[in-house]
Formats: sequence, C-alpha cells, structure tokens
Amino acid sequence: MKYVDEFRDRAVASALAERIKQIVRRPWTIMEVCGGQTHSIVKFGLDELLPETVRLVHGPGCPVCVTPIGLIDDAVRLARQPGVIICSFGDMLRVPGSQGDLFGAKAEGADVRIVYSPLDALELARANPNRQVVCFAVGFETTAPPWAMAVVQAKALKLTNFSLLVAHVLVPPAMEAILSSPQNWIQGFLAAGHVCTVMGYEEYDAIAMRYRVPIVVTGFEPVDVLEGIAMLVSQLEAGRVEVENQYVRSVSREGNRQAQAIVDEVFEPALRAWRGIGEIPRSGLQIRSTYTDFDAAVRFRDVLASFGPAAQEDPECQSGLVLQGLLKPMDCPAFGSKCTPERPLGAPMVSSEGACAAYYRYRGNVKREA
Amino acid sequence: MSNNQPFEPACPLPTTDKKTVQLAHGGGGRLMRDLIQEVFVHAFDNAMLAPLHDGATWPVEKGTLAFTTDSYVVHPLFFPGGDIGSLAVHGTINDLAMCGAKPLYLSAGFILEEGLSLDVLQQIVNSMAKAARAAGVSIVTGDTKVVDRGKGDGIFINTAGVGLVPSGIRIVPRLIQPGDAILVSGDLGSHGVAVLSVREGLTFAGDVTSDSAPLHQVVGELIESGIEIHCLRDLTRGGLASALNELAVAAKVGMIVEEAVIPVSEPVRGACELLGLDPLYVANEGRFVAMVPESQAEAALAVMRRHAVSGRAAHVGRVTERHAPPVIIQTVVGTHRILDLLSGEQLPRIC
Repeated sequence: MKYVDEFRDRAVASALAERIKQIVRRPWTIMEVCGGQTHSIVKFGLDELLPETVRLVHGPGCPVCVTPIGLIDDAVRLARQPGVIICSFGDMLRVPGSQGDLFGAKAEGADVRIVYSPLDALELARANPNRQVVCFAVGFETTAPPWAMAVVQAKALKLTNFSLLVAHVLVPPAMEAILSSPQNWIQGFLAAGHVCTVMGYEEYDAIAMRYRVPIVVTGFEPVDVLEGIAMLVSQLEAGRVEVENQYVRSVSREGNRQAQAIVDEVFEPALRAWRGIGEIPRSGLQIRSTYTDFDAAVRFRDVLASFGPAAQEDPECQSGLVLQGLLKPMDCPAFGSKCTPERPLGAPMVSSEGACAAYYRYRGNVKREA
Repeated sequence: MSNNQPFEPACPLPTTDKKTVQLAHGGGGRLMRDLIQEVFVHAFDNAMLAPLHDGATWPVEKGTLAFTTDSYVVHPLFFPGGDIGSLAVHGTINDLAMCGAKPLYLSAGFILEEGLSLDVLQQIVNSMAKAARAAGVSIVTGDTKVVDRGKGDGIFINTAGVGLVPSGIRIVPRLIQPGDAILVSGDLGSHGVAVLSVREGLTFAGDVTSDSAPLHQVVGELIESGIEIHCLRDLTRGGLASALNELAVAAKVGMIVEEAVIPVSEPVRGACELLGLDPLYVANEGRFVAMVPESQAEAALAVMRRHAVSGRAAHVGRVTERHAPPVIIQTVVGTHRILDLLSGEQLPRIC
C-alpha cells in the first residue's frame, strides 16, 4: 500500500537504525510528543533498534488522556439527560470519569453514538430535530478544523439542536510547560506530524530558541520515526538547535492556512486543565462568543452547574507523570495490577494513543527491566 | 374490512396489510401457519422438514457426531457479499467443519421483530436456502417467535447444526504441538470491514465484500488428502489474534507469527489504517487457521489453494514451547511484540 509499505520497509528501517548508532556519541533523552508516535514505537519495537544511549520518553500527545476528569463527567452527565444524543469518537467511550464512562451510560440507556466525522454528527442533528445532539469534541489541532467546520455549517443551517462540549487542546503550550518544569530532562523533541500538517511549524521556532532544544517534525510510520530520531540526534551531536521537518510529504512550514482560518473563526485559546498535569494558560480551545449558541458548556450551563464542583482524579493514577515523560508506564505501581484496560484508573490505559495502553497491549502486563 | 372478504368469527385476525411481520405471526394461529408454510417450508423444502413435526428424525450411522450452535444478530441485515441468512448457514457449517465434520443438518430459529418487512424476511430465508443447498446441507427443523416492535433488531437467527466426523479424525486444540506450522486460509478482515462500511456509511471502503463462505469442502479435502490436521479454528469475532491466543492457552503452547506474510487485501488494509483498526483483530466469516505438522505445511497449502475460499492461504507462523505471553508477532521491521487479546471491541481512533 502506497505511503505505508515504503515507510515500514525493514531494510530502510535497519539502515536508519544503523545510521543513528554511527552518529550517536553521548546519551540523549528525546520526547516524541504524539501518542500516535508512541504507539508506533511500541508496536513496531523501534526502541529495540536504537542504541541504549538514545532514550525515548513518551509525551503528552494523547488528547483523550489529557482530558480532565471533570469534562468526562460532564459528558457522561449530559448523556444521561433526557432527549440528548452524545456523539464521540470511539476511543473516548472507555475513558473513566468519576461517574463511570460513556459506555456505561450507554448501557444504562443513554443515547451515545460513535461518529467517524463531525459531519456525521451534523447529519444526526438534522435528522433528529427534537433531540439535542452534543458532540464531545476531543483532540489536538488536528481535529479542530472539522469540528469548527461543523459549527459553521450548523450556523448556516440554523440548527438549534447541535452543540460541542469542547475538550480541545494545543500542543505548543504543553511542550513549553514540560520544558519550563524544573524536572525537565528532555533534550530534543519529535513534534507531532499531523498537528503540524494543520498548523505548520513556524510557532516552534520560538520554543526551540527559548529553551535551546532542537525539534524535528516527524511522521508516524517506523521509517518516519527512525529518520526523525536520526535528524534529531545529528542536531544534538552537532550542537545545533533548529526546527527541521522530516514529514515533508504531509507538512509544510506554514501548514494548512484554510484549516487554521476556520479554527480561528470558531475557537479562541483558553486556560485549560490537563489531566494529571494541571492548568496551562492558553493551552485549550473554547468557542468564541459569536458561536456561543453551539457551545454545550453554555447551552447546558445550568444542568452542569447543578452537579457541583468537578471531581478529583484517582490519586493512585500517575498519568500526570507518565504524560510528562517522568514515569514509564510499567514503572507505575498500579500498571497491570490495579490498572488494566478492563479496569483503568486513568485514560492512558484505554485510549488508542495512551502510553500505558501501548505498553500493556504490545509489551504485556508483566513488569520488565526497562 | 371490505365486503368481499368472508367473516371468520373463529379466529380474530388482526387487520393487517400482510406486508410486515405482525405479533400474530408468532401467535400459533393461522398467520403463523401460513408464514411457516409459505416462507420457510417453501424455501427450505426437504423431506425431513415436510412433516412439520416437533423435531426432525433420522437414523444414525456408527461414528462420531459433531453438534454446534450459533446466533446471528448482524446489523445491517444485508452487506456486500452476504446477509444475515447466508451468514447463519455458513457460520454453523464452519463451526462443524472446524471439528472436521461433514455438515448434515441445520436447525433455524427465528426471532422476528414486529414490523419487519415480509419481503425482507423472504429474501433472508431464500438466501439461507440457497446457501444451504450450495453447501449440501438441509435445514430440517425450525422455530419462529415474534417480539414487540423495539425489542429486536428486525431479525435474529439461531442455527444449530449436526455433522458427521469421519472415523479416525480428531481435531482439537490439545493436539497442537510445538513445531506445528500455522496456516491461514486467506486474506483477513474483509467481513468486518464490509459490515462496518455499510453500517457506518464509510464510502472509502466501498469495494470490500464479506468473505462469508462455507469451509467444509476445503476442510474435507484436507482430511481426505491425509493431512494430519492438529487443529482448525474459524477466525470470526476477534480475528486471527484472538483465535491464536485462545488456542495457545488451550494447548499450553506458544506461537510466533510473522506480520509481513499474513495476507490482508489492499482495500482492507487501507480502511483499517484510516480507522486505526488492526486487521488481525477484525472479524472474518470464511477464513480459518490450521495447525499441521511443519512437514505437511506445503501439501496442506497446495490443497487449500485449489479452493476459491482459501486461494490466498499462507504459512504465517509456527507453534513453539509454551511462553508467556503466549503469542508473539515478528513485526514488519523485524522486531517482536506480543499479540494480545483485546479487552473489548476495537474502537476507531480520534486522529
């Protein structure tokens, strides 16, 4: 299959791994930002191909994982409201809130639908004029444009039963939060290829310069990841600090301007809490006042307020440390014992991009030597 | 009621357009009798069903019988490459075939939802009859129930089947041994992707058709050709990955498979890549895995490749001594990881 097979080629992957071994002189700690990259690394065992001196640390780039428990509770509560249809992408449904997950709500009779595209949710709203269709809009910059487009369409269609419960987050503020932490040990980043497909990578220049950290925009296939690591290690060994683009088949420096414009039309940056990490200024998206009719947090303000303050996350779940690269999943005391995909303490164990899920699924539930 | 219809006080039939299933179709009265005669008996037409007794009877031969049952609740009822009717016949035939049995007789139990179109029912029943005839099995007994509207999904079908295992043949997981070759009968994931594509309106997966097919003929020829089959398993829900895990645990062995040689068609791969699904966990309805001695792998593959249902059969791995986790996959880049059971269904990813 074109664009897949050539990037999973064993000979090319081996050659890249060999190149990395030849370049590297000193130990380096590299963070891959995106959960999709984490899964690729663990699924294809790419870390096994690297010299021991190149240490990969998994980043916060799993939008499901960083959604705070309060927002998941809001989604579950709205799902239980009579007349409401909740739409979500699939892997949000198993994420536990303090009131159970959306699958549980569905089993109790709530109308929870998996959608494949925001436009499916729009169609659902048109087909069910007497029901309120609430979309749990979760993701990074990658999935913000289609949700924004759905809102613009809903306004054009004068729909009064379509709204978004927005849990969108932005990557650069999270990278800055990690870099500015006193515990930071990250020396280089593989930036998230699909986020940059939409956003470009101009905004990373400032981060690279301010924190003296090289960044390589990287794709998701094994050859992409290994090439990104080779480019990053070359920079680190040469003492260069640049923003480079490995994922040239998808990413341009300026990104997709049309997509950026539609996001900017509908959303604005806002303070957001990240699960296990805390609040980060201007790290989330919220619906602008011009589209406030489509904001579920506004439409259902009274319903949501009636439930009181947001719940606290399970103190046994150390997902905050995992998401910042400070703890490997299998080093968490709960991993594989108190926390499994069947009974997760936190989102990283159930999301398709969660680091804990990747280790559990591809490395087994036995703790191993790191 | 129009004037030219006779007044029949003995049986208060509901007024009906007779185009949809009514509760009375399951009520034991005339509508039910008509439905059985006109739809089921007419389509399934065979001497063992004809007496419409409480059950079918036949003389038994000496030997070993295989007996299985399965229920079918697929939505939508019709999908590219099949429908719930053909699936209900193939699925039970295949369960018998995996025991090494020649399928003989099936039962068919129908749970119909009030309001189901009788045309749809007829199409499904015709499809079952056609699938059964093509496979050389008879549907010899059945049952019909009707549930209130909203309490079913149009139609649910249960089929049970009886088959005859040739003498001297024993195909069970416990016979799997370290050193066995692991053979897969064809490309994986078509059924799951075909059903998903119509259920969710995924136009990009347009030309994928279900692999639903009866497997007893190829299994029969494997047996006749003297292949020492240790185990067979059809790769339905959970796909190859789940089947290997179940078999490895049951046989107390380990297994290693090679990702690069596991056949998956391009459209299925494409759809799975887009949706974030792993084809090794996607359902099939006409594929099986076989464990045979390594020395007979090539002969078995040659037999399998002579049949259209297993034309893309491939040698994908081998059985090893027991290890934990039990199933290991060599990735396309040459590294190894576990191939685990999923905790539930695969869910399409966010991005």
